Formats: sequence, C-alpha cells, structure tokens
Amino acid sequence: MALIEIRGIHKHFGNHPVFTALDLEVEEHQVVCLIGPSGCGKSTLLRCINGLEEIDGGEIRIDGDRITGPGVDVNALRREVGIVFQSYNLFPHMTVLENVMLAPTRVLRQPHDAAAATAMGLLRRIGLEAKAREYPDRLSGGQQQRVAIVRALAMEPRVLLLDEITSALDPELVAEVLNIVRDLAAEGMTMLLATHEMGFAREVAAKICFLCDGVVHEEGPPAEIFGAPRRERTRMFLRRIIEAGRL
Amino acid sequence: MRAEDSPARDVADGGNQGGQRFRVGAPPPSVTRLCGAALAVAGLVVVASWATLRDLRAALQTLGQAGAIADTLLLLLGMAAIALIVPGARSLLLARRADTALAQGDVIGARVAASAARNLAWITFGYAAAQILGLLAIEFLIANDLAVSRTFFLLPLIESSFFLILRAFWINVAIFMIAEVLVLIWGLVVALARLAPGAAGRPIRLIATFYVDVFRGLPAIINIYLIGFGIPLTGLPILKGMSQEAFAVLALTLTNGAYVAEVYRAGIESIHWSQTAAARSLGLSYMQTLRYVIVPQGVRQIIPPLLNNFIGLQKDTALVNVIGTIDAFNQSIIVASNNFNLSAVTTVAALFVLITIPQARLVDSMVARDRRRMRTGAG
Repeated sequence: MALIEIRGIHKHFGNHPVFTALDLEVEEHQVVCLIGPSGCGKSTLLRCINGLEEIDGGEIRIDGDRITGPGVDVNALRREVGIVFQSYNLFPHMTVLENVMLAPTRVLRQPHDAAAATAMGLLRRIGLEAKAREYPDRLSGGQQQRVAIVRALAMEPRVLLLDEITSALDPELVAEVLNIVRDLAAEGMTMLLATHEMGFAREVAAKICFLCDGVVHEEGPPAEIFGAPRRERTRMFLRRIIEAGRL
Repeated sequence: MRAEDSPARDVADGGNQGGQRFRVGAPPPSVTRLCGAALAVAGLVVVASWATLRDLRAALQTLGQAGAIADTLLLLLGMAAIALIVPGARSLLLARRADTALAQGDVIGARVAASAARNLAWITFGYAAAQILGLLAIEFLIANDLAVSRTFFLLPLIESSFFLILRAFWINVAIFMIAEVLVLIWGLVVALARLAPGAAGRPIRLIATFYVDVFRGLPAIINIYLIGFGIPLTGLPILKGMSQEAFAVLALTLTNGAYVAEVYRAGIESIHWSQTAAARSLGLSYMQTLRYVIVPQGVRQIIPPLLNNFIGLQKDTALVNVIGTIDAFNQSIIVASNNFNLSAVTTVAALFVLITIPQARLVDSMVARDRRRMRTGAG
C-alpha cells in the first residue's frame, strides 16, 4: 500500500477546473517529482495534501487514513505532513531558533530545552548553527529556505511536501538548498516535490509525474519521462524546457 | 547660440591646469536682484524688530518690570535681531563676485558663487519669515495695553494656582493611564471578535461590528455624560457604587476601544496570508496562529497609530468635567471664575501639551524608523 494515495480528486476554483479525476501514489521512502506547465495545479495539489486547500471530490489517504472530507483533524494531519513554500514564509518576528522551535513546543508540547536541543542539532546539520539567534531578514534567501526545511523537519513528519522551493532563489543559492533535499532523499524521507529543476528531478526522483489538464498526464521513472516520453503534451513541454536551457 | 560661439562655454577647469578643457553649460543667470531683495528684507525686519522691542520696553515699564536687567536682555535681543543682516549681506557680496567672475569668463567660479549666493538669499528669507512671526506674537501679547498677556498669562495667578492645578492634573493622568491599559486589552478582544472565523463566529462578528459602529459614532462627551450620570441612576449593584473617575475610565475605554479595535484589525489584516499558511501547515491551531504568529506581527505595525490614539485619549480626559469630576480643567475653571482670569486654564493647556510632545516625537521617530526599514527592504 502506498503511503500517499490520491484517488480521483476533483477541484475547481470558480468555473476553472484544477483537477479532474486526478490519481497519484507515493510509496514510503520514495521521492516523486511533479512537473508541468505553470498553472497546472502542482502547488494546489501539495496544498490539498496538507489540508490548506479543500477538494471537491475524490479522496486522499495517508497510510490508509482518509485525510479529506468531513471529520478530519487537519491539525493532526499537518503534524505528519510537512510543507515548505516557495517564498520560505519564515516568521520575521522570531529568531531562526524560535522559528524552528515554535511548532514542537506549542503543538507537540515538547519541553523547551529538549526542543531547543533538537532544533540546534538540525541547524548544525545544515550549517546554520551560528545563525540561530539571528532574525530571518539577516539571512540570504538560500539560508532562509534551509531554515524553512528544518522548521518542517522539526515536527518529524512522515511526508515532506516541497513547493518549488528554489524558484525564488538566486541561481548561486539553489545548490545549497538542493543538497539538503538530496541528503533527505538518501535518508529515505518520503517527499513530493513540485519543481522546475528538471536536472535535479531526474537525479533524485524515483518517479516523475507530468501534470496537465487537471490529471497526471504521464508518469514514469525519470529515464523514461525525460528520455522517451510517450505523450505528445509531455514532449512539447520538455522541448520548451530544453529550449530555455533548463535541461 | 551654438556652443562654439560662446567664449564662456569652453573654460579651463581650475584655472587651466594641465591644459585640459571641459565643455560646460550656459553661464549662470545673475542672482544680484534676488540677493539685493534678501538684504532689503533683512534690513526691514531688523527695523521692525527694534520697533517691537521698543514697544516691549514700554510695556515692561507699565508693569513696573523695567530695569537694568530687562534693558540688557532687550539689548541682547536687539543685537540678535541684527544678525539677520549677515547672511543677506554675504549673499549680495557673493552675487557680485559671481558677476565679476562671469565678466572674466570664469563660468565655473561664477556658478559656485551664484549658487552659494542663492542659498544664502533663501536662508535670509526663511529666517526673516520666522522673525516676523515672532514679532507678531510679541505685538499680540502686548497689544491693547497688555490685554492678551493679562488675560492668559497673569503670572501671579499662574504661580498661586499652579500646585492646585497640578494636583488635579494627577486625576487626568490616573484616568488615562488606567484607560490606556484597558483600551489595549479591550481593543484586541473586539478586534479578534470582528475576525472570528466561520459560521459559528458570525454572531460574534455582528455584535462586535455593531459595537464598533455605535461607539465610534458616539461623541466621547455624550458617552461620558450618559455613563457618568446614567449608571448611578439605574441603581445597579456594584456599578452604582463606582466613583466618578471609574465611570470616566469606563466611558473612555468604551469609546477608544472601538477605535483601537479597528487599528488592531488593520494591523492583523496587513499580515500576509502566507504567514497563516506557514503556521497552520506546522499544525498550529487557529488561535495558536493568531497568538504566536499573526498578532505579534500585527501589533508591531500599529504602534504608531496606537500612540496617536493614546494622545487623543489623554486629551479626552478633559471631557470628564461634564460629570463634575474635579480634574485639572475643572479645577482651572473654578480658579478662573473666582478670579475673572483665564491664566489657570493656560496652565492646564500647557500641561496637556507638555505631556503629549514627547509622545508625538516618539511616534515621529518610530514612523521614520519604519520607513527606513521598508526602504532598505528589511523586515
């Protein structure tokens, strides 16, 4: 049984359909990349899995538990499913350490000292131990995004959703963020990424899903999707990416 | 005129050093007339100053305050008034130098001198305007045989009533200090009620909106009157036993709480929804998100408007005289009617201004700091 099972979900914003019977599965310890044209719903799909958006039909299950529809404790769900946003969304009025500690102390009710020790350990791993007492606006974009990843990891989620986490970064800062994701993948973290970094997707993903017209238009291992896409829309999309020099 | 036609256009920089020649623009227009006008205005203002000081000396004589010390002070003031001539004269000198330099073909020298002359001329005009306002103020005070001074600034009465007024002013201070703390809490409660989410929050939202509409529209003085006189008449337990000052605090809290609730709401709503998304995605509940993420950031944004509201609240404490509280204003009215003179009221006015000025400067510096922060893109 897959860890994340998405079965025939429907969603629309007003008259605009976003998903029409979309299916997707993510196995435990698997890294899955969502690619597709902008506006195809990559971010919305991640937000639905985290309960930040509601779906209009179908269902999503995590480890067999239904997490959509009535009667779901979204706060409990979000403890299991972390998300990192394109624009970092760190809390500007808290130090780096306080950002990381907020949810463990307030949601998991961990003692302050234990949460601080865990947070410092995580910050040490990403080499930002020295920045623990700084405020986010003193950090570069890459550093802020690394802190945002650590903030999600501090909750020890079973799944990590990454929503175009390098799109707002200057090119020279992308690598430091991707290295963390690479490490997490090596450790077996289950991850679902929406990304425009095709080279990175090819490297870390076990499965690539091409989203288009509200469904997963084509999916398969990276070698197959990037090497020999079967569907015309996928080929067109990848041709444009190559023209832009991004693959 | 083409550039090559003008002898003044090709001029050596710094007196022909190294023979390198720069092309510069047209010669500067003459500023002699502007600077002449500045000097003339300065002269007129000095004459007017001396005339006013003479009037002032006469007024002091009628008060029996004239003497060597007063004369020395007046003389010093007179000397200070003459100082206006200095920038006026220097500007005219510089203007002449600019003309001379231009005649010798030194366009750069002419520009430097003309620009300095223009600057000094405007400085002269600025100080002259300020000096004229000062003269008008003095004339106003001594006009009609010192009528204005006697009415508002009768020193013996100000001295004799000062401590009486100051003690009564303590009532105002106590009222606004307590009211400010209550307003801070009550305003936040109302703001959160106005933002109560979902269908369950709807009745709360409606009540909060109704409250804000009513108390924002209701003049503070009517509110104080109704509460101060009305509640004791109702004979309600606990409430009827409260002091007048307590009613004043209650009324001012209700009125200002409505304003401050709106200030809070604006601050809270100014926080981008992505902050809510980030907090909720970590598993924080709605209330936790408000408490740890949204409200702390929103409050930071609203400190300047909040302080402005407090200054208003402090001034509103003078309204409690309608229910007979002996605050500084009421005390001064009593003194004024006993003496047929308003000088004691001036004391109250001065006290109110005195306590608000530091706060006003604080608000200014905070707004300036915020603006600097936003310009540098931080925060």
